Amino acid sequence: MIPAAFAYARPTTVDEALSAIAAGGEDVKIMAGGQSLIPVMRLRLAAPETVVDLTKVTELRGVREDGDSLVIGSMTTHSDILRDPLIARYGKLIAEATETVADPAVRHRGTFGGALAHADPAGDLPAVALALDAEFVIAGPGGARRSVPAAAFFVDYLTTALEDGELLVEIRVPKLGEGWGVRYEKFNRVAQAWSIVAVAAAVRREGSTIAEARIGLTNMGSTPLRATAVEQALVGADVSLETVTAAAAQAAEGTEPSSDLNAQADYRQHLARVLTGRAVRAAAGL
Amino acid sequence: MTQINVRVDGASYVDDVEPRTLLVHYLREQLGKVGTVVGCDTSNCGACTVHLDGESVKSCTVLAVQADGSEVTTIEGIADGATLHPMQKAFHEQHGLQCGYCTPGMIMASIDLLKNNPNPSEHEIREGIEGNLCRCTGYVNIVRAVQQAAGEMSSTTTGAQA
Repeated sequence: MIPAAFAYARPTTVDEALSAIAAGGEDVKIMAGGQSLIPVMRLRLAAPETVVDLTKVTELRGVREDGDSLVIGSMTTHSDILRDPLIARYGKLIAEATETVADPAVRHRGTFGGALAHADPAGDLPAVALALDAEFVIAGPGGARRSVPAAAFFVDYLTTALEDGELLVEIRVPKLGEGWGVRYEKFNRVAQAWSIVAVAAAVRREGSTIAEARIGLTNMGSTPLRATAVEQALVGADVSLETVTAAAAQAAEGTEPSSDLNAQADYRQHLARVLTGRAVRAAAGL
Repeated sequence: MTQINVRVDGASYVDDVEPRTLLVHYLREQLGKVGTVVGCDTSNCGACTVHLDGESVKSCTVLAVQADGSEVTTIEGIADGATLHPMQKAFHEQHGLQCGYCTPGMIMASIDLLKNNPNPSEHEIREGIEGNLCRCTGYVNIVRAVQQAAGEMSSTTTGAQA
């Protein structure tokens, strides 16, 4: 299968990329790693007029620290993430989820920013970004920048706050250092499959008490979701099997997951409760 | 048409390609490198795996234009003359195949795995080749082949190939 013909631009800077996007006509697709876009184009589910390929925009690749934040360039590949010392130290939840994305060859090409901008509800990184209250830094026509919080970035199925002509340049997440425990619990059937449901949990303990809890749900609706009821039940609670189990029982509250060949909605809600329990127990060190 | 400059298995090529040409089609149809096969055409099976600048990629999910300025290594470029690469030799000796269709990609993925992890456990091997599907063998002999190659490649400590 061969994609429909398109015009191709291969900028080397963000400014060139913005110009190429602006000049690309009515139907421009921005290609990051291409690991979702190329398959979709091969199937001719997408037939863009212009493809703007970001793989040579080196300024978008890499991880740096800025005070209490990690700043991840949108073109940082999944393999880069898994090798990065700052991620290993302060971004373990991102690393755990990234390890489960697809397979090694796809992780060599696929990117952190591309996966987030694609916003597939079964993708692993959106729920992590949401749980971490990531900030999405977006460049627009003329180079103006704006920042969008994760809670406003994921709008609907495969739909984000990115407007035509805009480019996701970096993602800022808080460093999770001392005291934090994390776990990404993913349920799927076979190797390299998408999540049927997955849960991203980060828990900070102070002694025997849970001081902070961040929980994101993958594939429990058309966007990633926060398990707000669980987070509220955990904060201030003693670290014990009973409190965690009782809190996790609320994981599916307010969710409206889809039914498909892999799972019915009520089964997805069951999975969310079970996986939240497992993820929080592991993150809390139980 | 876009002109690309690419090195494939040690030889340099300058070619005109359409931007929509997939790397695997360029390799097979313009260069005649049919050792790299198209399996599923949906980015799942890994049969078309090659190395792009030293890292495994699914060549059905990379555009030929993206290889401009890069080095590509296919299954046809890893032997040293008549001497098989240790991974090829191990797949042969352990019979890590039945129909053989997945083998080119399986070998390229396995070499990439050992580059990052020279002494993988059985579990790590299975995780490392999860992007490559074999519908014949049940993977047992494939895992044995990777284990044999890991032993040979770490004992010779050359590791220079591929």
